[in-house]
Amino acid sequence: MEGTIFQYEFIIKGLFGAVFASITAGLAGTYIVSKRMVFLSGGITHASFGGIGIGYYIGINPVIGAAVFGILSALGIEYLSVKQKIREDSAIGILWAFGMAIGIIFIYLTPGYTPNLMSYLFGSILTVTNADIIALGIMSVVLILYFSIFYRTILYISFDEVFARTYSSYVNVFKYITTSLIALTIVLNIRMAGVVLVISLLTIPPNIAMIFTRVYSRIVLWSVAAGFAGTAAGYIISYFAGIPVGATIIFTLVMLWIVVKVMKQIIRAGKKAGDQYKI
Amino acid sequence: MASLSVLYGANPALQDVDFKVFEHDFIGVIGPNGGGKTTLLKVILGLVRPATGKIVFSNDLINGNNIGYLPQMSTGDINYPVTVKDVILSGLMIRKGLFSMMSASDKKRAETVSKELGLDKLEEASLNELSGGELQRVFLGRAVIGNPKLLLLDEPGNFVDTNFENDFYEKLRDLNKRMAILMVSHDVGTISSHVKSFACVNRHLHYHPSSEISNDQLLAYGCPIQLITHGDVPHTVLKHHN
Repeated sequence: MEGTIFQYEFIIKGLFGAVFASITAGLAGTYIVSKRMVFLSGGITHASFGGIGIGYYIGINPVIGAAVFGILSALGIEYLSVKQKIREDSAIGILWAFGMAIGIIFIYLTPGYTPNLMSYLFGSILTVTNADIIALGIMSVVLILYFSIFYRTILYISFDEVFARTYSSYVNVFKYITTSLIALTIVLNIRMAGVVLVISLLTIPPNIAMIFTRVYSRIVLWSVAAGFAGTAAGYIISYFAGIPVGATIIFTLVMLWIVVKVMKQIIRAGKKAGDQYKI
Repeated sequence: MASLSVLYGANPALQDVDFKVFEHDFIGVIGPNGGGKTTLLKVILGLVRPATGKIVFSNDLINGNNIGYLPQMSTGDINYPVTVKDVILSGLMIRKGLFSMMSASDKKRAETVSKELGLDKLEEASLNELSGGELQRVFLGRAVIGNPKLLLLDEPGNFVDTNFENDFYEKLRDLNKRMAILMVSHDVGTISSHVKSFACVNRHLHYHPSSEISNDQLLAYGCPIQLITHGDVPHTVLKHHN
C-alpha cells in the first residue's frame, strides 16, 4: 500500500514537474538561445549554487538563496561588462566558479546535517517538494503572461537593441526584467535537473525546434513540446532503469535532437535526389 | 516641414551646428570618419542629448508622426529567428505602447511595404536566408513602414551589392516624393548623382544647396574626401585642411 502511494506521488510530481519545466524552459530557453545567452545562463546557474550553500548555512530555504544569487549574478554580469568594461565571458567565468566555491564552502561549514550535494548538482525528483512544483507552476503562468503581453517588445529589443532605443526608453527595463525572470526560471528548474544539467534543459529544446522553424513564436511552442517529450520519456526510462532522473532527461533530449537532425538531413537529401530525378 | 537646428556647445563631436531640413529635401551628409555624421543622426533621433541648443520639429513630426531610421548594418543579429515581415513591422513600434499588438491593418501595411520593395515572396523568410541587397531592403522597409516625414540613412552604401545599388537609389527617389531624406555617407562620388544637396560635417556643419561640389568648397570646409570621377583623372585626394 505504501508502495502505491509513493508511486502515485512520484507520477503526479513527475507529470506536473515535466509540464511546468518544459513550459518555463521552453519560453526562457528560446530567449537565451536566440539571443546567444547560453553561456551567460550557465554562469547564472552555477553562481546560484552559492545561494544554495548560504541558504543551508543560515537555515533558510536554499531555493530562495539561489534565487537571490541567480538574479544578482545575472544583473552583476551585465553591470560588470557594461560599466566596468570587463569582457562579458570573463565576468561570467569568474562568477561561475565563485558561486560554486561559495556554495561548497558554506555547505561544508553547515553544522550537523549535510545535504545531499548530488541532488543539487544533478537533480532528483525525489527531493522535489510540492512547494517546488507549485513555484514552477506559478513561474509558468508568469512567463506565459509576460511573453504574450510583451511579445513584440521583447522580440524586437532582443533582435536589435540599437534600433529599439530609437523608439523606446524602456529597453533597459525590459532587459533587466527578462534577465531576472530567466534567472528565476533556471533556479526553479535546478531542483528538477540539477545545477550541472539545467542549462541543457533550456538549450536543447529550442535547438530541436529550430530544425523545424525559424519563427520565434513557433520555436517556443515546439520547444515546450520537445521539452515535455524529453522530460516525460526521461522520467519513465529513469524509473524503470533505476538511473538518475536529471541525467536521463538530458540524455533523452540530446538523443531526440540527434534523431530529428539526422531525419531532417535524410529528408532533405531525399528531396534533392527526387528533384534531380525529375529534371 | 522639419526645421531643426542643433547647437552643440562644449561637445567636441559637433559644434554650433545650425541647419534646416525641408519637405522633399534629399541631403547627403558627408565628411571624414569621426567628423560627427552619425552623431548628427543620433541627435535627431534623440539617442544623444545635445549639450546646448535644441531641435525644432514641425508639427506633423511631433503629432504621432515619426522619423524613419536605417542604421548601419552592424545592428541587429541576422541569425536571430525573426521573419522579414516581423522586422518590417517593428518599424511601427514607435507608435505602439508597451502592450504592442499588431492589428490586421498593420500587417496589411507590412505586406504593402514589402511588395513595394520587392520582398513580397520573402515575407516569411528569416534574415539569414537573404542576400545583402534584400537584407537592406528589409531594414529600409522597417524605416519607412510608419510613413515618416523624415528618413535617416546611415551609410547605406556599406552593404549594398553593386547590382542592387542603382535599384536602391531608385527606391529612395520614389520615397523622396513623400519624405525628406538625410543620408550619411563617406562616398561622395556615388551619392552625388542621387542627392539634391549636401551637408558637410566635420565638427561644424556646412550646407551646400546644390549637389555639385567644387574643389574650392571642399577645401574651404575641411573635409578630406575621395572624389570619384570618370575621365582622365580617376580620383583626387584632397589634403586635410586645419
